[in-house]
Amino acid sequence: MSGPSDFKPSNPALQWIERRLPILGLMHSSFVAYPTPRNLNYWWTFGAILSFMLAMQIATGVVLAMHYTPNADLAFRSVELIVRDVNYGWLLRNMHAVGASMFFFAVYVHMFRGLYYGSYKEPREVLWILGVIIYLLMMATGFMGYVLPWGQMSFWGATVITNLFSAFPVVGDYIVTLLWGGYSVGNPTLNRFFSLHYLLPFVIAGVVVLHVWALHVAGQNNPAGVEPKTEKDTVPFTPHATIKDMFGVSVFLLLYSWFIFYMPNYLGDADNYIPANPAQTPAHIVPEWYYLPFYAMLRSIPNKLAGVVVMFSSILILVFLPWLDTAKTRSSKYRPLAKQFFWIFVIVCILLGYLGAQPPEGIYVIAGRVLTACYFAYFLVLLPLLSRIEKPRPLPNSIADDVLAKSGKVAATVAAFIVAGGLVIGSAQSVRAEEADTPPANRWSFAGPFGKYDRGALQRGLKVYKEVCSNCHALSYIAFRNLADPGGPGYSTAQVAALASEYKIKDGPNDQGEMFERPGRPADYFPSPFPNEQAARVANGGAAPPDLSLITKARSYERGFPWFIFDFFTQYQEQGPDYVAALLQGFEDKPPADVKIPDGSYFNKYFPGHAIKMPKPLSDGQVTYDDGAPATVAQYAKDVTAFLMWTAEPHMEARKQLGFQVFVFLIIFAGLMYFTKKKVWADAH
Amino acid sequence: MNPDASTIAAGAPIDVDLAPIADGQDIKVFWRGKPIYIMHRTKKQIEEARAVPTDTLKDPATDQSRVKEGHDQWLVVIGICTHLGCIPIAHEGLYDGFFCPCHGSQYDTSGRIRQGPAPANLPVPPYQFVTDTKIQIG
Repeated sequence: MSGPSDFKPSNPALQWIERRLPILGLMHSSFVAYPTPRNLNYWWTFGAILSFMLAMQIATGVVLAMHYTPNADLAFRSVELIVRDVNYGWLLRNMHAVGASMFFFAVYVHMFRGLYYGSYKEPREVLWILGVIIYLLMMATGFMGYVLPWGQMSFWGATVITNLFSAFPVVGDYIVTLLWGGYSVGNPTLNRFFSLHYLLPFVIAGVVVLHVWALHVAGQNNPAGVEPKTEKDTVPFTPHATIKDMFGVSVFLLLYSWFIFYMPNYLGDADNYIPANPAQTPAHIVPEWYYLPFYAMLRSIPNKLAGVVVMFSSILILVFLPWLDTAKTRSSKYRPLAKQFFWIFVIVCILLGYLGAQPPEGIYVIAGRVLTACYFAYFLVLLPLLSRIEKPRPLPNSIADDVLAKSGKVAATVAAFIVAGGLVIGSAQSVRAEEADTPPANRWSFAGPFGKYDRGALQRGLKVYKEVCSNCHALSYIAFRNLADPGGPGYSTAQVAALASEYKIKDGPNDQGEMFERPGRPADYFPSPFPNEQAARVANGGAAPPDLSLITKARSYERGFPWFIFDFFTQYQEQGPDYVAALLQGFEDKPPADVKIPDGSYFNKYFPGHAIKMPKPLSDGQVTYDDGAPATVAQYAKDVTAFLMWTAEPHMEARKQLGFQVFVFLIIFAGLMYFTKKKVWADAH
Repeated sequence: MNPDASTIAAGAPIDVDLAPIADGQDIKVFWRGKPIYIMHRTKKQIEEARAVPTDTLKDPATDQSRVKEGHDQWLVVIGICTHLGCIPIAHEGLYDGFFCPCHGSQYDTSGRIRQGPAPANLPVPPYQFVTDTKIQIG
């Protein structure tokens, strides 16, 4: 963008537009003819990946917002209805939730690339600072987005993070009241977070335009850190960078799709499938993985205000990087000391991320303090020091020379990133360290990439629910019509209508203004056994029996290191069903000698704390099966758990099926992009 | 963007009947969206609270200053940990007071911070005794 372009379209209609608004010339000079260094490696494709992810998040977000209700009483259900009833709603929701994680993953790679190659140095300081601003906006957007489903983690994460601002003297409480819109996190908070969550991505888009503009003024950096001198140093952006970016994006899409279709809840927290309860704090409040390093730093400092200041400083310090690292050599490729400390810094960040998910006790606290000190020392002590004392290796004369002397260590670093990423992400799950036995792993027919529900098990499970569980537990997200949906128990519409008519549903008011009862219809939901929560508590010794629709996704157990890394590759995500099935079979009449069970509670091996208010619900022979399956507790437990997995995830089969098709497509597509890229670049290398 | 009129109105004072709360029991009520513990303290709990020298406390305060005169057995505190906002559990911890499961802060039978990262005592909301067995919070 340096003055009028001499781009002349051949089509007269386009010429007419070009004369009045030279947008075509702008696109041409910025993304077609634009000279890009010919030695860029794949770390440079993440800019395009980020632009793609921003567009994805906005597109999926806008459609989700058409179906979402930002009210504290309705939000959780509206998200579940999106997943269950909106056409491909499950896909939109998965794309958006996973997309946020992918967006942050790409931005961290992008930032570390900038750190390593000195992309923040003169004349790219403003470009770098704009990037930090985009990152801060992303963090705000991500935080507010996570609040919207109004689960337990949404609510309590919002409580903790908004409370941070009370640390500031004088203005603190005023800021917090403004954020809350009331006296605590509540409906006004949700409403304003929804408004801002819709707004900020467009602000991000605006700052991204400035970011790309600033980039084009200075030109892109490159792995050698040597500016282009002649035409031999660069290639036109299209087709060279365009095709390379397309290949990068298609590989990235494979990772993205792995989560969307096969592991949609791996990056999330099971507690967020429990509706928000202001009266009950979850045992472990953990933010999403991309905030973990900062959470670790916050908790390392024993003083409230100092902790908040340290946490914000850890991001703001990035703004000052161009003035902290004044070494003349840009790229760490030619800075042997800086290179080693860079990788140590990366490990420090990953370890901080791991610590952010651990309970703040014992050695974790000490480690957190040491690593926080290391983090700051890297910027405040090490980089300025290296600027003065380091002797860099000699730079190549030009980019063209650098291209002729290639070396490729990309594969190893990519593999390292994946393992490291798995460590951080998986650690966010390892926080369920309650005192309870680990449930045994079962073989579930729905596990794995080609898993399917066993229709017989679902039908038997429904019978167990109806005859045993429904006396106390609601199933309010399942409508009778769902029993006839594909991928479920497989009843016919006639059977569903007959089943529904056995129930009495409250309806009204009628023309006389009275409420009345009528037989159920397929569109009705399973009725709740109690009219409200207090009635449920009174009938059950003070503990309200939870709704079972989502129970297999709302429960989990700690997998620990290194299992959570293997789980990513084996797609193990059956912690919930294994826990539920184990719990149902885990009652024992005689608790062990050292465990005290209060009156009114019962001993269960797998329930955290061992004292559960529910008496043993299942006994042999209690439910008669029509299909000849054994009438044992073990069989009931497995069948009802399989049924409850379906109630939690009714579209699982469609999800895995579409996933397979997407994977086949993406692998072929990535292959095509790769070979096209090789062809396009054949002359350039 | 400050709280709107209906939110403020929903925060109007509430009356709580203390008669059903037995010696040693506590209840939780909600006011302005915040959980409030009302504890009927035993003599032992009051004595323990009074025996602590105030200069050893992170947030010094006498037990007398945190209860109403003549109604020493009633402790009314906002059940929100002053660290990062979790709800502490009553009758837990080393001091038979409150224990916050999030980061381990421990409060005593007067709701004062004794151990852990929380900086301040559990706040006492504005309340007054309407009769000996009824209080108005707010």
